[in-house]
Amino acid sequence: MPTFVYMTKCDGCGHCVDICPSDIMHIDKTYRRAYNIEPNMCWECYSCVKACPQNAIDVRGYADFAPLGHSVRVLREEAKATISWKLKFRDGREKDFVSPIRTTAWGSIKGPAEYPAPRPEDFARQELAHEPEALKVSGGLPALRRDQLKKATA
Amino acid sequence: MFTSNPFAELSAFIAPAVMQTYVVLMIVLVAAGTLFDIVHKGSAKYFFANWRKSRSKGTPQVELASIALQTAVVDVLASGEFCNARRRVAHLLTMYGFVLYVVTTAVMVFRYATPATPGPDVWPVLWWIGGLMILAGGYWFWFFIRADVAAEGNSPFRVMRADLFILSLLASVTLALIWAYAQTRGSSWTHAWFALYVIATTVLFGSVAWSKFAHMFFKPAAAFEKRVSYANGTRSNLPAAADKLEQFGSARTAPRHY
Repeated sequence: MPTFVYMTKCDGCGHCVDICPSDIMHIDKTYRRAYNIEPNMCWECYSCVKACPQNAIDVRGYADFAPLGHSVRVLREEAKATISWKLKFRDGREKDFVSPIRTTAWGSIKGPAEYPAPRPEDFARQELAHEPEALKVSGGLPALRRDQLKKATA
Repeated sequence: MFTSNPFAELSAFIAPAVMQTYVVLMIVLVAAGTLFDIVHKGSAKYFFANWRKSRSKGTPQVELASIALQTAVVDVLASGEFCNARRRVAHLLTMYGFVLYVVTTAVMVFRYATPATPGPDVWPVLWWIGGLMILAGGYWFWFFIRADVAAEGNSPFRVMRADLFILSLLASVTLALIWAYAQTRGSSWTHAWFALYVIATTVLFGSVAWSKFAHMFFKPAAAFEKRVSYANGTRSNLPAAADKLEQFGSARTAPRHY
């Protein structure tokens, strides 16, 4: 179900433009509001729906195979680190889902560039960058010793 | 300069009745353009259709007066819908500047239009303050905050139809202040600046149907509808807020799509 924008709710902030992996959310040249320039190319990933601070983006199915009258809406609550879904079926049934999206605070995970650069001798080691400290394993990575390996049979 | 009524000085060349007719004509143009915009887009039809649909579904009715008051105070007077603080400040500067500028223009044109009817100094001072507020908020928005410039990396000088409102507003006010300054200095360019000011102002108010001027009417309506949907529990079909403590903070940054 591709996305569309309620123009009266959108404030043209550009978050959906920023996040769309298909680069089809653009700023309209007449009203400076976001819009989906090519619904056929929408991946239906819901990234823009979740990123919109105004909840101005919604989805609708192609009318030939998804009869109208239903509703699928998403609410991303950043501070609570949750994604909530509300599905409304045409017969009136409703289903609600809530999923966690993080277990740590935003910004608490360091990006690769925030670690010190590796030393030349690190490139000769079996461990990947920042291991084993980053894995919180003391005494090196657990691995089989040579004497624990089965001898290959001829 | 700041305490002289530019329209009273202008009355030596243009009769006050002509100035007043022009202001009325601009008001008529705004009303006509807004009505055309509403009919053409069907926004009022959409708004009321939603309203009737909500009532026919037996949605719990809510106290509309308090919601209207909240909409007026938070969404209209404080531009509460903006999630970006810079945009909100720029919008407030431009909005209140525009209100000051328009009201003081109307007062000076209708009440103190000739040197024979001098008014208090406060009106021209407020007119200048309103104009400068528009310029501060408008140029800040134009060069640094627009989504297609700040988020998409386009040149601030790339002009499109969405710029019709902000550009004609900035042109009108910039030319008005230049004209008023030139007039107090007795510049020979005064009439030329005034002619450009009238052209820009006519474009501003005459292009309502094609610009986003009408947003000052439909945005409050949309904000009101949103608040009603939250109050009656329908929330535009959005899920209810998650039953969880807020503990993860936020890392949202300004979009930079390039």
